[in-house]
Amino acid sequence: MLKKKSMTPYTILSAVILAALAVFFLFPLYWIVTGSVKEKSDIIIKSGEMVKWIPTRITWDNYQRLFKTGTELFGIQMPMAIRWLFNSVFISVVAMGLTCATSSLAGYVLAKKRFWGKGLIFGLFVCAMALPKQVILIPLMSEMSSLGLLKSVWGSMFAVIFPVVGWPFGVFLMKQFSENIPSSLLEAARIDGAGELRTFLEVAFPIIKPGFGALAIFTFINSWNEYPLQLVMLTQNEAKTISLGIASKLSEMSNDFGLIMAGAALAAVPIIIVFLCFQKYFTQGITMGAVKG
Amino acid sequence: MGNKKQKAPARSLVLQRRETMVSYLFLLPALFFFVGFVITPMAMGVITSFTDASFTNPEGTFVGLKNYTRLFQDKIFLKSAVNTVIIVVVSVPAVTAFSLWVGSAIYKMRSGIRSFYRCVFYLPVVTGSVAVTVVWKWMFDKYDGLLNYIVKALGGQPLPWTSSEQMALWCIILILFTTSIGQPIVLYVAALGNVDASLEEAAKVDGANDFQVFWKIKWPSIMPTTLYVAVITTINSFQCFALIQLLTSGGPNYSTSTVMYLLYDIAFKTTKEFGYADAMGVVLAIVIALFSALQFKVMNGGTTE
Repeated sequence: MLKKKSMTPYTILSAVILAALAVFFLFPLYWIVTGSVKEKSDIIIKSGEMVKWIPTRITWDNYQRLFKTGTELFGIQMPMAIRWLFNSVFISVVAMGLTCATSSLAGYVLAKKRFWGKGLIFGLFVCAMALPKQVILIPLMSEMSSLGLLKSVWGSMFAVIFPVVGWPFGVFLMKQFSENIPSSLLEAARIDGAGELRTFLEVAFPIIKPGFGALAIFTFINSWNEYPLQLVMLTQNEAKTISLGIASKLSEMSNDFGLIMAGAALAAVPIIIVFLCFQKYFTQGITMGAVKG
Repeated sequence: MGNKKQKAPARSLVLQRRETMVSYLFLLPALFFFVGFVITPMAMGVITSFTDASFTNPEGTFVGLKNYTRLFQDKIFLKSAVNTVIIVVVSVPAVTAFSLWVGSAIYKMRSGIRSFYRCVFYLPVVTGSVAVTVVWKWMFDKYDGLLNYIVKALGGQPLPWTSSEQMALWCIILILFTTSIGQPIVLYVAALGNVDASLEEAAKVDGANDFQVFWKIKWPSIMPTTLYVAVITTINSFQCFALIQLLTSGGPNYSTSTVMYLLYDIAFKTTKEFGYADAMGVVLAIVIALFSALQFKVMNGGTTE
């Protein structure tokens, strides 16, 4: 890790600080997971007693209380919290699919084609990206409600998905990746008589695939955690995502930390696993998105 | 480049038209969502900000600049604006400096350790603001919270944390900090890895110490990253919302209310005056744009080639 000659007091000190910081950053997650399986008596801190750093006994009580309210989906009985989890997955997967499809097509032509109005369109995308997306929350809600989407459970979920798909970051990212496509390859495909769509799918797509992966994982995680939009659009209990569901539990029963932690674990652990599996793509996406085009 | 320019006039009008048509077909799906759900609401927001629209009266009538002049007499808005500025002014330099430090401490490490640290600091972002906030809420709890346990164990008096007007905003800033440094660290690690190693070697041969190497070689070459980090952190800090809504709901006594939170509170909770809340949104957007432009100017001014 360290070259012998750089073993100065400074490097040792910074290694120690880094390790301490890592503990500090990992701790909240540890506290969520262990809190979710602690008994009530472990959660309360009694004066004069040690805090329970490790659960004395693992219990699923908190999860049982969280799963008490039931609901139905496609004719299957299930706890409400599982329905929320399903909604989170549904919203993230659909948003991911739509974003990847629309952005890779748009990014490709913005990087590789010459056409009238290209500068203007790209400029609009970039300008919109610099603006705060939460300030459009109110008009978005009015728009979705006048489109009639907020009346139904599934409609309101799409009211969360559409603005995520419209956000221009994906187009910007895919344009960056599409710059790598050699124009000579596209030219060769054209001379061979391949249609535009086939050229895109067979020549361009294999080259921009890493970008596609980065965008997919990025969009998945972002829409999973897109809280303000969910808060405004998903008013019916059956339409809530897991994060929003936990947030509403927090206002109902703010003292039942065990139950809240069970919910937080349910919201955090799946997305962390997804992140760890696709970490490589993710890092690539962040760095590519920052390079100025 | 020269090659392209030569070819351009040779393209026939038919081909050009065909390329434009194909391009727009490919752009159409993205433009549909972008225009429909980003541009349209932006325009609607600006228009509504000049009306007295509300939940009971969604259309509203034109009131000119009344909402905007009202903002500057609204004590709660002014207090929220001050809180917002405090959050931004504290967190932007803190996040930038801290992530630069972590980035430079880890970028030369073995790749396994480097990605471990990168992951650890990115984890609060992935975990999501709701899960992060609820666990902090528990840790800040007056009775069953870990922080007061530690304070007491060290012999101190239990602190009120989020229920005190003096401390609550700092609690928010602390959580915001933990959820803000992940992306900057990833960016700095990448940027520092791209610094031309031969320049660094040459400077060392010439007898420069580590500090000089950093200041004269690395700092100028990572300037674009620093600028980008400062801008995204500014935008994120201005928009800080979930933490506040879940942790303090702007209280106690508006001590943690920010413009973004107040906007939500007015539009969806209290008076439901959409027009007035939209005026706040427009002001917030303008301020963010100005701040970003200012940072661009200041930081670019530092590295005129």
